[in-house]
Amino acid sequence: MAVRERLFALVVKELLAILRDPRGRVVLIAPPMVQLLVFSFAATLDVTRIDIAVLNQDAGHHSIEAIQRIAGAPPFRTIHYVHSPAELEDAIVMQRAIAAIQFGSDFSRNVDSGREARIQVLLDGRKSNAAQIVFSYLNRIFAEVASEYPLSLRARDMAGPGVDVVARAWFNPNLEDLWYMVPSLVAVIALLMGLLVTALSIARERELGTFDQLMVSPLRTWEILVGKVIPPMMIGFVHITLFVLAAVFLFRVPLNGSLPLLYGASFFFLFATVGVGLFLSAASTTQQQAILGAFVFMVPSLVLSGFVTPIENMPGWLQVVSYANPVRYYLIIVKGVFLKDLPADAIFQNTVPMAVIGVVTMLAATWLFRHRQE
Amino acid sequence: MDTPSPAVVTVRSLTKRFGPDGPPALDALDAEILPGEITGLVGPDGAGKTTLIRLMTGLMAPTEGHVEVFGNDTRTRAQAVQEAIGYMPQRFGLYEDLSVLENLTLYAELRGLPEQDRPEVFAELLRFTDLARFTARLAGRLSGGMKQKLGLACALLKKPRLLLLDEPGVGVDPISRRELWSMVENLTREGIAVVWSTAYLDEAEACSRVLLLNEGKLLFAGPPGQLTGRTRGRVFRVSGFQGRKRDVLAGLLEDPLVSDGVIQGEALRLVLRQESPPERLQGMVMVPAEPRFEDSFVDLLGGGPGGRSVLAENTREFPKDDPKPAIEARGLTRMFGDFTAAADITFSVPRGEIFGLLGPNGAGKSTTFKMLCGLLKPTRGEGRVAGFDLRRDGANARNRLGYMAQKFSLYGDLSVAQNLDFFAGVYGLDRASRRARTRMMTEIFDLGPYARQSARDLPLGLKQRLALACSVMHEPDVLFLDEPTSGVDPITRREFWTHINGLVERGVSVLVTTHFMDEAEYCDRISLIYRGRSIALGSPDDLKASARSDDLPDPTMEDAFIALIRKSGADGEPKGGTVS
Repeated sequence: MAVRERLFALVVKELLAILRDPRGRVVLIAPPMVQLLVFSFAATLDVTRIDIAVLNQDAGHHSIEAIQRIAGAPPFRTIHYVHSPAELEDAIVMQRAIAAIQFGSDFSRNVDSGREARIQVLLDGRKSNAAQIVFSYLNRIFAEVASEYPLSLRARDMAGPGVDVVARAWFNPNLEDLWYMVPSLVAVIALLMGLLVTALSIARERELGTFDQLMVSPLRTWEILVGKVIPPMMIGFVHITLFVLAAVFLFRVPLNGSLPLLYGASFFFLFATVGVGLFLSAASTTQQQAILGAFVFMVPSLVLSGFVTPIENMPGWLQVVSYANPVRYYLIIVKGVFLKDLPADAIFQNTVPMAVIGVVTMLAATWLFRHRQE
Repeated sequence: MDTPSPAVVTVRSLTKRFGPDGPPALDALDAEILPGEITGLVGPDGAGKTTLIRLMTGLMAPTEGHVEVFGNDTRTRAQAVQEAIGYMPQRFGLYEDLSVLENLTLYAELRGLPEQDRPEVFAELLRFTDLARFTARLAGRLSGGMKQKLGLACALLKKPRLLLLDEPGVGVDPISRRELWSMVENLTREGIAVVWSTAYLDEAEACSRVLLLNEGKLLFAGPPGQLTGRTRGRVFRVSGFQGRKRDVLAGLLEDPLVSDGVIQGEALRLVLRQESPPERLQGMVMVPAEPRFEDSFVDLLGGGPGGRSVLAENTREFPKDDPKPAIEARGLTRMFGDFTAAADITFSVPRGEIFGLLGPNGAGKSTTFKMLCGLLKPTRGEGRVAGFDLRRDGANARNRLGYMAQKFSLYGDLSVAQNLDFFAGVYGLDRASRRARTRMMTEIFDLGPYARQSARDLPLGLKQRLALACSVMHEPDVLFLDEPTSGVDPITRREFWTHINGLVERGVSVLVTTHFMDEAEYCDRISLIYRGRSIALGSPDDLKASARSDDLPDPTMEDAFIALIRKSGADGEPKGGTVS
């Protein structure tokens, strides 16, 4: 059948045009790589091989106990013992240590008598991020030490209920965030690809002048549009798969729900975003305009999706606006499928709005496409 | 003969490569530019004209060799070079949203023209370019010719000693082109050296000296007459033959004694390899003709290609006696807002005929063309292709037409083979015939060795072949060609027209737009489009005859064009300078 031949030729052409264009390849490869790198970096945000300096003016055993625990904790490498506050400062200034701890001469006495016991910690503000993490490690250690001495009430307050946290988790306070973030990334990458690849497709042809060639071929308008919709959806699925695999095998996020249901919902999400992309593409004359349009849509749609702030915290009218945002629904689905085995009816409920949005954007894109032809 | 004045620009064994392994864009060039004359930098697109000009401006450094401008090496003293020259790039950077005067003021600032000198300089330039009446008009609203004049004025703000013009004649109607030329000629009288680059070989003839470039090599340097003289006595205008002109030409081109031949209206223009005519010309009327620059260029390259079109031989025969016209335009009108881009265009093209839409850029020929291939909906009137109404039966009509736009019809990122496959697929060929057709096209156009190369990286001549291959993949009855050979070298152009002539002999009908006067000669009939209207319609010979006068006993197509514009009274463009 001629229609099938034509559509097949179009889809192949479209995929080749993206894959053979160096800029097109950058669009396909750079965003997922950046996201994976950034998040795998975030996942290993543990600071290891920490060097610290200690000035111990205390003669009691509590300070020794604390120091030994620090020395015994895996991330700490070297402990420089110093003998004056000046040396302590020097250790930070010369970057021999990222943190410097000072126990006052009355430290153990205060602990034993149940008074407030103070430890001074100096941090290297030049490495603020690492220093902060080191500080949190130290805090945990001190809190643990303190909790073993019920007399020291002050310290117990400081420790709070966090004392019984599993040992591994001490050193990765971001772990829970990661579980939450990685499934959301599936949505972000699908949104980005669906929008960008589609938005560029017609605009690229307009810019290069091949669009006229397409229009004088026997292809009908709907065939051209279908040919423009299928390839970005295929690419979107590849990226979704890549990120699901990364989530499960790289980030060890549990996958509790049904994968087929996730893919079913993904189809409609891609359908909706590709519809938006197609609309933008039909509206723009150059690739620059198309990319600009894609970002103008993408940023608010991420902000209004619950990805950054919970939707419940938004003003009422914005919450209404967010009903038109496909990302909102998809985010519920991906996170639900990953973290808590979202039931099928809940997935269905969130898929229907995406399908509606998709139909509307596709119709709008078709209308604009015909209209712009004049 | 030694000139007393030293050369303004000296080029010594100049080579420029883009990328370490790329072919040289300019290959071991030696040349000189002399003051007080127009030096034509002549050659097809991609020959290296722009590269050479940019090397002269010091904007680019040579890979090997030297360029000296007024004794300054462009590599070390680019600043001094740039102060002495005026440069007008192909698309001069006019600010479209600024008025004529604002553009001049801006460039005066940029070039550091002292404030107190400006009124005088502006007045002189505006008088010179005849733009004084339009100082308040936005540059974006100027016609192509006026834009070029304004660009020229901006390049002349600080009177340069060397003026570099990169294809100033492109996109300009013939009248403005002549005006521009005479303006530049006036400048040379003041001793300014002018470099005028062009792909039009007829412009070369008017230059004092030319540098003829082809594929980065300097083929010829010297007065154009010297090159033109090469074919003197071997050029003939041939008429009085039996049979159809295209058929006769194809046969003659296969003769080893014929170096080159083109169609000229109802006659043929032949360049022979020797002065005595070969046998097969006996019985025909041969009139010696004045050689042209192009004749000698082709001769220098070893003569034109043969006359056989394997493509045509492998194309099915279309019935030529079909009474229905292949293309029909009835009262086609197209408005953009209150601007009429095309008004009441009517013509019909019978089967097996080449019909030309001739006119400068922006005249409305592209609008007409686009309405007829279904890219634009007419505001009024109707168009038919192969009997199908474009409005009701668009898809059927499109199935019968092949479309080729020289500049843009291919997917640059796809390989040659992928482009062929795509077009075969899009025209709905089934798998077997798709394979057969693509293989055939690859063979006919000799694309095999390039099959895996990206279309973008092909040399212009091959792109041209590939574009034609893609557009005839489905054996269309009607071919739409938009500026099919502008800027390509004369050999490729002849090869292209050999195929088109062959297809027309098979009954294919062709609609071609061109602003290239020589291309118009291939047409059976031409419609001259100017300011949205068809101001004349007829065969090339008729149109030329209508411009014949005592001053112009043998007018060229361009002369005819100018005369017809004048006659139609549509010549509203302000005249400036004298028309040469």
